[in-house]
Amino acid sequence: MNTPAIETRSLSVRMRDRLALDGVTVVVPEASFTAVIGPNGAGKSTLLRALLGLVPVSRGIVRLFGEAPEKISPMRIGYVPQIKTLDTSFPARALDLVVSGLRRRWPWRPSREERDQAREALDLVGAGHLTNRTLAQLSGGELQRVYLARCLVRKPQLILLDEPASGMDATAEADMYHILEAHPEQTGATVLMVTHDWEGARYHASHVLLLHRRLIAFGPPESVLRKAELGEAYGHDLPGHRRLGADTHA
Amino acid sequence: MLEAMTLPFMQRALIAGALVGFLASYYGVFVTQRGLAFMGEGLAHAAFGGIALGILLGANPLYLALPWTVLAAGGIVWVQHRGQVRGDSAIGIFFAVSMSLGILFLSMKRTYAGDAFSYLFGSILSVSQADLWMTAGVVVLSLFTWPLWGLWAYATFDRELAQADRLRVALLDYALSICIAIAVVAAVKVVGIVLVAAFMVIPAATARLLTRSFAAMTVCSVFLGVGGAVAGLFFSYVRDMPTGPAMVLVQAACFFAALLFARAR
Repeated sequence: MNTPAIETRSLSVRMRDRLALDGVTVVVPEASFTAVIGPNGAGKSTLLRALLGLVPVSRGIVRLFGEAPEKISPMRIGYVPQIKTLDTSFPARALDLVVSGLRRRWPWRPSREERDQAREALDLVGAGHLTNRTLAQLSGGELQRVYLARCLVRKPQLILLDEPASGMDATAEADMYHILEAHPEQTGATVLMVTHDWEGARYHASHVLLLHRRLIAFGPPESVLRKAELGEAYGHDLPGHRRLGADTHA
Repeated sequence: MLEAMTLPFMQRALIAGALVGFLASYYGVFVTQRGLAFMGEGLAHAAFGGIALGILLGANPLYLALPWTVLAAGGIVWVQHRGQVRGDSAIGIFFAVSMSLGILFLSMKRTYAGDAFSYLFGSILSVSQADLWMTAGVVVLSLFTWPLWGLWAYATFDRELAQADRLRVALLDYALSICIAIAVVAAVKVVGIVLVAAFMVIPAATARLLTRSFAAMTVCSVFLGVGGAVAGLFFSYVRDMPTGPAMVLVQAACFFAALLFARAR
């Protein structure tokens, strides 16, 4: 049996005086595309941050490819954070941001090889034309594409994305799903994406992880995106319940 | 004009101005991009406590101001990292305590403490050979921190990304704050406590208006910092003005010109 890409056992994370994650046990297989869904405050971003070692684990264990996160080379992990708090006054071009993903430091002057790799990654996400634009000149959706290119340029084995579709228009979102869906098959990488988009999760992800501080359900979309499970996570006033439509099983 | 440069005190002033212009404008890019303009101001005023203690003890004030300001910088970062007090509040507390201690030390001195005024407002024309060597030493030290530029810049851009890439961001914060503290102390003799922050903020803010990358901003800021200091020195000589304010006014003129240029672009 292959080593799972992500494994958590009884994972609990306490943020100040609140339990953000409570005893989450999940095994995410390699080369899968998992969508993490749940209501606001469900601990979705905290789960990502725990996997990255950005928040201390109160209880339980985290393993990435069978090892503790701090023992894994950061170059094996690509991370797309939420960009809501990004300071666009920082003087930088899209090229600089992508090259920072290769160097793990801010580039003084990217080499020719780094420029080529960055352009290739930007082309992959349909953002080749943005190479020399400054971050302040980019829309939210364009910025998300550049961040995705920054993540992919290091050819990571594990891709962690925190609401990468926010700010994207429908075309850009469809392009992003196309890339993420194909990536595990093409490269063997594992993708874990926090999202509020149930439809995207249903049609593009191989697995869905439904969270509300504790694990509600994990498995193929059709076994997780059901009224009972979603009701348990979101409560009785299920938002967007009409969107579940005929596919929803009681 | 050129005959002024045959005078030894003008030669020392020129070199001191250029060195301080370099130091302040180099660290200024991090100070402004991190939204810590108050940091330069706070550390300069914190240095006053050490300077006053030196005057009280009859020692070289800068030698006491150095460890004093470094400790204040470390204290500010430590309080910030505890996460319960905002950065500007932490700076304000250290600033006020250190200033108060400085005034207390000066009040304990029985004789007139005229030296204190030269540190408050700067006296570039009275820079000694020893002051010059100290400032040059700080510049050399800063050049040795050059490999940290990319790491500081990365953590300045996005702390979380830097942490996710296993950079020791807290350690980098301490290193940067200590370097800024050392640069501030080196600059105090030349431009004075009151104007040090302007030397850090104005060239970097001007460079931000004119450039599209952080590397270009750093180069441009240093160019403006050094150029503004040298031009200000000559301007003060020609117009018979106080030197520190003349340097700051030249830098401010560059800032407003850049602002108009950036708006027109």
